[in-house]
Amino acid sequence: MKTTLQLRVNGISHSLTIDPDTPLLYVLRNQLQLNGPKYGCGLQQCGACMVLLDGKAHPSCMIAVDVVKNQEITTLEGISSGNTLHPLQQAFIDEQAAQCGYCVNGMLVSAVSVLKESPHPDEKTIREGLERVLCRCGTQARFLRAIKRVIR
Amino acid sequence: MSNPTRRAFLRSMGLLTIGFSLPFSDAEDLPGSLKKTPNINAWLEVLASGKVRVFTGKIELGQGIRTAIAQMAAEELYLPMHQVEVIMADTERSPNETYTAGSASIENSAIAVRYAAATARATLLQRAAQQFETDIEKLTLKNGFVQYRKQRKSFSELLNGQQLSGEVKMPVSLKPKRMYELVGKAIHRSEIEKMVKAESWYVQDLRFPGMIHARISRPPSYDSRLEFLDEKALRKQFPGLQKVVVKGSFVGIMGADEFEVMQAQQWLKDHARWSVGTSLPAPKDLVTYLKSLPGETKSITKRGTLSSNATWKARYIKPYLMHGSIGPSCAVAWYQDGKLQIWTHSQGVYPLREALHKMLDLPLELIHVQGVAGSGCYGHNGADDVAAEAALLAMTVPGIPVRLQWSREEEHAWEPYGSAMVFEVEARLDTQGRIQEWNYELWSDTHSTRPGGNPENLLPARYLEKPFLPKQNLEVNGGMVRNSEPYYALPNLAVTAHRFSGPLRVSALRSLGGYGNVFAIECFMDELAEKARKDPFEFRLMHLEDTRAIAVVEKLREILSKEKNAPGEGVGIGFARYKNTAAYCAVAARVRVIQRSMQVIKLWAVIDAGEIINRDGIINQTEGGMIQSASWTIKEQVKFDTRQPITRDWYSYPIFRMSEIPEVAVHVIDQPNEKPLGAGEAVQGPTAAALANAYYQASGGRLRELPLLLSSYREQSQKEN
Repeated sequence: MKTTLQLRVNGISHSLTIDPDTPLLYVLRNQLQLNGPKYGCGLQQCGACMVLLDGKAHPSCMIAVDVVKNQEITTLEGISSGNTLHPLQQAFIDEQAAQCGYCVNGMLVSAVSVLKESPHPDEKTIREGLERVLCRCGTQARFLRAIKRVIR
Repeated sequence: MSNPTRRAFLRSMGLLTIGFSLPFSDAEDLPGSLKKTPNINAWLEVLASGKVRVFTGKIELGQGIRTAIAQMAAEELYLPMHQVEVIMADTERSPNETYTAGSASIENSAIAVRYAAATARATLLQRAAQQFETDIEKLTLKNGFVQYRKQRKSFSELLNGQQLSGEVKMPVSLKPKRMYELVGKAIHRSEIEKMVKAESWYVQDLRFPGMIHARISRPPSYDSRLEFLDEKALRKQFPGLQKVVVKGSFVGIMGADEFEVMQAQQWLKDHARWSVGTSLPAPKDLVTYLKSLPGETKSITKRGTLSSNATWKARYIKPYLMHGSIGPSCAVAWYQDGKLQIWTHSQGVYPLREALHKMLDLPLELIHVQGVAGSGCYGHNGADDVAAEAALLAMTVPGIPVRLQWSREEEHAWEPYGSAMVFEVEARLDTQGRIQEWNYELWSDTHSTRPGGNPENLLPARYLEKPFLPKQNLEVNGGMVRNSEPYYALPNLAVTAHRFSGPLRVSALRSLGGYGNVFAIECFMDELAEKARKDPFEFRLMHLEDTRAIAVVEKLREILSKEKNAPGEGVGIGFARYKNTAAYCAVAARVRVIQRSMQVIKLWAVIDAGEIINRDGIINQTEGGMIQSASWTIKEQVKFDTRQPITRDWYSYPIFRMSEIPEVAVHVIDQPNEKPLGAGEAVQGPTAAALANAYYQASGGRLRELPLLLSSYREQSQKEN
C-alpha cells in the first residue's frame, strides 16, 4: 500500500509516494537517483549501502523507509560541502584508495561516522568502525592509510 | 633498446626534434593486438577539441588498465594526460580483443596503443612538414600542437577534419624512454575521483527514462525444470508486475517498482514448482571422489628419468573458491527498432555478442554490447549470465530498457567457481640437498567456461524451451596446468594432469590453476628445504637460474633480514613467475598462531613486471592481490549439499574483514628495457604458500589443505586428542 511520506536526505526534504516498507536503499537509488549507497547483499552483511542516519553509519538495504522518515539521512553525495571535498574524500584520492571502488561508499561513510565520534581514533577504533564493510579487491590497507592521513 | 647515438638529436624540455630517432624495435612482427587489428584508426582518433581518443577492447575492472593505456598514448603523442580519453570495450567502437583476462592487457592492448600512437605521431609530423614546407626535424611537438618557428597547428588542423588512416607497420620509432614523462610514474586514476564523489560510474548506476526492473526465478538445483508456475496468483499478489516471462524453465519478471519485483521473486521461490533435478554428490571425502572421476590424463612435461624410489611425498588440496564480487552482477538491455543494446561489465563484449547472437537467433549486426565498469569480478563471474538474461527479457518488451540486478544469493550460488584441485608430488634429493627428481600430478576441473561465442556457457540458455546444454568435455586444458611446472632447474621432472568434471559449475578465477599449483609447489619446496637442511631462501636460490627470478628472491631476503619475529610468530615465503612467462613475484608472510587460530600480521611482495607503466597501479594490484589471496587461503571454501551450493551469503562464506587485514608492503623492481607485463595475478599463488610456510615456522604444523584455518583447527584438535 503506497503512502506519502517526507524524507530528509542530504539536507533536502522530499515528498514521496511509496510503499513504506521499501528499504531505504531503493528509495535513495531509484526515487532520488543517488549513486552513493550501493546494493551489495540486501542482508546488512557487506556495508556497500552504508548511509549516515543522524550522523551514524547504518546499512540502508533492510531498514524500511518508514522507520527513518524522521531522521536526517546523509549519503556519500552529502558529505562534501559544496564543491569542497570532505577531507576523507580527498585523502582517498591522494592515497588512490580504490580498485574497483564498489565498497568505497561504505568505507567513506563509515569513516565519516568514526571521525564524528572521535576525531583522533586509534587504529583499532578505525578498524572496528569499518568492520561491517567488505572489500573484495583487498584495498583495505589503502583505506586505513587514507583515514590515518586525515587524523594525523 | 635505447640507442645512445640518437641522444645527440634529442632536445631537453620534453620536446623532441623529430625524425632522427631510430627504430626502437627491429622485430618484423606487429606486437600484441596489432597483429589482428593493424589499422591506426582502430586504436585512436583525433578530436576537433584537440583531444585524442583511444580505443581499447579491454575493460576497466579496478585494475587500472584505463590509466595505463592513457599514459602510453599520451607519452607517444607528447600530450598531457587530460588530453587523452579512453573508450573501452564496445562492439561498435573498440577493436575486438576478446577477453580482459590473464594479465594480458598491458602486453596486448596497451602495447598496441603505444605503437599506434607512435605511428600516428610520425604521420602527423609528416603532414606538418608538408604543410609548413619544411623538414620534420625542424618541428617540435607539444600539447597537441606541432610548431614550426612562430606557426603552429593542432593535430586536428593538420588532418583537416579527416582521420588518420593506414596501418601500423614495423619498424616503428618509439619515443626514447629517457624522454618519458608519464610512463613509469604513479599517475592517478581519474575514476577514483568519480567513485569518492558518488558520480555515475558502474553499470548499476545506469538509469534510462522508462527503465523497468527485472528479476529471475531460480530453480532449486542446476538442472531442475519448471513444472508449474501460477501466474494468475503471482499477478494478483503483485499487481504492479508489468511482464512475466516463461520460456521453458527460464522465468523472469519485470516491473517499474524494484522492491515489488524483488518481493515477487521471493514469492516465486516459495510458490513455483520445480523438478528435483540430478542430485550433486556430497561425498564425505571430496578428494577421493574427485580423483575417481573419469577424464583425460595428460603428460605436461617430462624430462630425464624418474626412479620409483622417491624419498619425500606430499598431497595438497584446494577447495572450490568463489569470485565473491561485492556488487552482484547487473546488466541493462534495451531492444528498440529491431536492435538490441546491452550494457554489461562482462570481460568480453565481442564473445558475449557472438553467444547472444546464437542464443537469441538475432543477427550479429543488430546486437550492440557496450562495456561499463562493474564491481570487481576477478574472472568469469555472473556478468555474462546476467547480460544474457537481461537480453532475453528485453526482447519481450520492445522499446523499454530493462535493468536486471542479481541478488547476493544468486551471485553466491550461481556464479562459476574456481575449481577444487588436488596435487600430489614426490621428490628425491641428492647428497648435496639438490632436487634430483620431481614427480608432480594434479587433478582439476576446467578453469574456463567463458561464453567464447557459445550460448551453452550462458546460464539462461540452459533453461530455454530448446536448451543449449554444456557439452561434456573431459580434456586437460591450459588453465589447470598453469604454473604446474616449477620454475626451478630440475634435472628429472614429470608433470601430469588429470581432468575431472566436478559437481559444481566452474570457470576462470584470478590466476586460474596457477594459485593452487604454486601453493603446492612452493609448500613442497619448503618441506624439501627442511629435509635438505637448507634455509628456504637458499634452497630456492640453489635451484633458480633466471637472473630476474634470483633478483626478486634476493631482494625479499634483504627486506626480511631486518625483521624480527615476536613469540608465536613465523615468517614463510613463496615464489613464482606467473605462467612461467610473465611477472616474477616473491612473497613473504608473517603469521601469529594462537591456540586454534591464526592471524596474518604482515605480507611483503617483491615484483618484477618488466617495464613499469604505472608504478602505483602495480603496487595497488599487488597489495590487493595479497590480501585477497590471504582471504582465500585462510578462510574460504564453497560448500554444497546434494541439491545446491549452500554457501549463499557472507556469513556462510566469510571473507576477510577489516580486523583481519594485515599490513602490506610492496617493492617493485623496474626493468625499463624489458617488455611490460601484467601484474594483476602474479601474487596469488606465492601468497598462499608463504602463509602455509609461515604457519609451519610459527607452530611446527604443516598444513597441506586449504583453507588453512580449517586445517589448523583440525590439526590442533588431533593434537589435543
